Amino acid sequence: MSRTGKGLTTANGVPLKVSLMRTNRRNQIRAFLLVAPLLLFLVIAFVMPILDMLKRSVDNPEVHTQLSRTVAQLQDWDGDSVPDEAVFEALVQDLKEGAAARNLGLVASRLNYEISGMRSLITKTARRTGRIESGPYKEAVLDIDEDWADIDIWRLIKRESNPYTLSYYLAAVDLKFDSNGDIVEQPEYLQIYQQLFVRTFWMSMAITGLCLLLGYPIAFLLANTPLRYSNLLMILVLLPFWTSLLVRTTTWIAILQQQGILNDIFVGLGLLDEDSRLSMIYNKTGTLVAMTHILLPFMILPLYSVMKTIPPYYMRAARSLGARPFLAFRRVYFPLTIPGIGAGSILVFILAIGYYITPALVGGQDGIFITNFIAYHMQTSLNWGLAAAIASILLFVVIAFYLIYNRLIGVDNVKLG
Amino acid sequence: MKAKTEIVPKALVGLAALSLGISVAQADTLNIVSWGGAYTMSQQRAYHEPWMEMTGDEIVNIDRSANALAGLRAQAQAGNITWDLVDILPADAIIACDEGLVEPLDHDALLSAAPDGTLPTADFIEGSLTECFVPTIVYSNVIGYNTEAFPADNQPFLMEDVFNLEDFPGMRALQKAPINNLEWALMADGVATEDVYDVLETEEGIQRAFAKLDTIKDHVIWWEEGAQPPQLLADGEVVFASAYNGRLFNAAVNEGQPFEIIWDKQVFELDGWVVPKGKLDKVADYLAFSTDTQRLADQAKYISYGPARASSASQVSTHADTGIDMKPHMPTYGPNFATAIQKNDEFWADYGDELNQRFNAWLAR
Repeated sequence: MSRTGKGLTTANGVPLKVSLMRTNRRNQIRAFLLVAPLLLFLVIAFVMPILDMLKRSVDNPEVHTQLSRTVAQLQDWDGDSVPDEAVFEALVQDLKEGAAARNLGLVASRLNYEISGMRSLITKTARRTGRIESGPYKEAVLDIDEDWADIDIWRLIKRESNPYTLSYYLAAVDLKFDSNGDIVEQPEYLQIYQQLFVRTFWMSMAITGLCLLLGYPIAFLLANTPLRYSNLLMILVLLPFWTSLLVRTTTWIAILQQQGILNDIFVGLGLLDEDSRLSMIYNKTGTLVAMTHILLPFMILPLYSVMKTIPPYYMRAARSLGARPFLAFRRVYFPLTIPGIGAGSILVFILAIGYYITPALVGGQDGIFITNFIAYHMQTSLNWGLAAAIASILLFVVIAFYLIYNRLIGVDNVKLG
Repeated sequence: MKAKTEIVPKALVGLAALSLGISVAQADTLNIVSWGGAYTMSQQRAYHEPWMEMTGDEIVNIDRSANALAGLRAQAQAGNITWDLVDILPADAIIACDEGLVEPLDHDALLSAAPDGTLPTADFIEGSLTECFVPTIVYSNVIGYNTEAFPADNQPFLMEDVFNLEDFPGMRALQKAPINNLEWALMADGVATEDVYDVLETEEGIQRAFAKLDTIKDHVIWWEEGAQPPQLLADGEVVFASAYNGRLFNAAVNEGQPFEIIWDKQVFELDGWVVPKGKLDKVADYLAFSTDTQRLADQAKYISYGPARASSASQVSTHADTGIDMKPHMPTYGPNFATAIQKNDEFWADYGDELNQRFNAWLAR
């Protein structure tokens, strides 16, 4: 019973258990301090932006903060007839206040995403509400623009008065709310995102496949030739890897365009007529070629590092036991390279899905990726909510792919070096 | 312990001095956002250099106008506005103004009058001085062509020719945006210039425009950067290219390319300054200087964009480097201007989002 009393102690009389715990704790703290800078960096530069993006994709502050009175009055509205005087009075007050504070632009943009023409309706009405001194407000507002008698507009304001919205996610997959608040498909002439998601995935798959097809033999050669030759080969792999992305992409433009080097050679050799020059760029072909070239090193390097560790005598042993070269390769060598294939493929696939400069430059109209639309909505249309929704979906899909991959191949099997 | 307690207040004072120092020192450095290329060069020579010489200020050129609105909004949201003056399109200026990202301007009080005393509001192109915006130039979206692509007796000169694959075969380069293309398609399809935007507001009108574009869709390369169309024309990749008229002028006059401009149905618009929120005191003098009669007339020596004020337009003379007469190269020159239409900013502010998406969906089909 008196184990604690009789327990082992260190030289200065502290029980060994306590001393051990102290040392452990000190080690843990030291380890944590060493990791802390990276952790801090990750939280600031990675976790917080992602959380912000996720928030932005559902955030909907414009209507309920800038048209707050109108929204409050709309709570009792039946939703089937033009709202009554009280709502219009609230609207006039909101618009007057917004015009003075110069913050109606955001709410005008927000509503214009849903119904074209809302921007000018709101800014125009706001400019003229200054002249409305007293009621009846309904008459005065309808005098400014009779569009305010449109019930769909009021339903839209009421629907988007919630501080959170699904509208951006719906828009990102070609759906929308109709005027009754039901989810319906966008009209066909506005559908684009589903198709782009699908294209982004199959083209990234195709690029991964092409990289594997081209990279595997090269990695094999690199791993199995004497050092003095393989070093030279390695430089040939690394040199383009170190060259600027833009340089490599624009070089492909020079090579592949209709008046470009490759077409000139074909015409010069008489393989093609002057009029039937191939269009190999500004379309899917351009994206496939340029991106395969750019991402190839990311496939070769992990493959090489795995192949380098496979002892050459395994194959010799298989041969000496009677296997033909192909069988020896298939049954012995190939299975050993699967971790490298896995690492290269997941690396190339995830990089490919996120590329946007190369598709933008050489993709034309049918070779661009969904990422080009994220950039477009960030920089040009300024619909940051939609950009965030598309980016979030892309993130979820990448995570899903990773989980599936983990299930099928096992992330533990991935070897990068 | 003593040392520590002293360090902290000193650091605070230092920090305060630093932030004060920055705001004082920055009065001498103006961060001006513009489009880059030949256009920024014309601004540099016409107003930045004389200003720097006169005041000793330093002017930093930032080539971000293509995404100026995104930049203004991001800086405002971050609470750290680093741009002092931004060159922007009027449609973007309207949006920036509505969102409170830029300063409203009292034009007659801020800007310099014409040499004969005409007030700015009477001197600038009518209706061009909007709440937050001061125009500097009139530029134009036109179609250029390579004269070597067609026989001398069969050169194009009408907008219809661009849509005529039979008489003018070859690829076309058009901007990857519905803007201008829809207007041109409708006009080439026979809609009168004054009705274009009324027709575009209807569903039938939009369908009609896209149907016309469908006829050449397979022969179009879509460009996104202003530098691309002259390059595509020079490479022989395309025979027609839509472009900003100044870029084509630059390629033809300064680089000797065999390009001609189809002035028929040009879509012209303005371009000019907005002042980011809180920067008015800092740039007021420069704003007045850079938009006075002399400066705007000077700019036309370097690039073929028309000055936005009447008192400058009459002073347009010759190209600074080659000495050629600039008047016939201006979008506003009589014969060039005969069938011109002005881009309708209100229309594009309202329908831009939807038509862009529709255009992209059309491209993907």
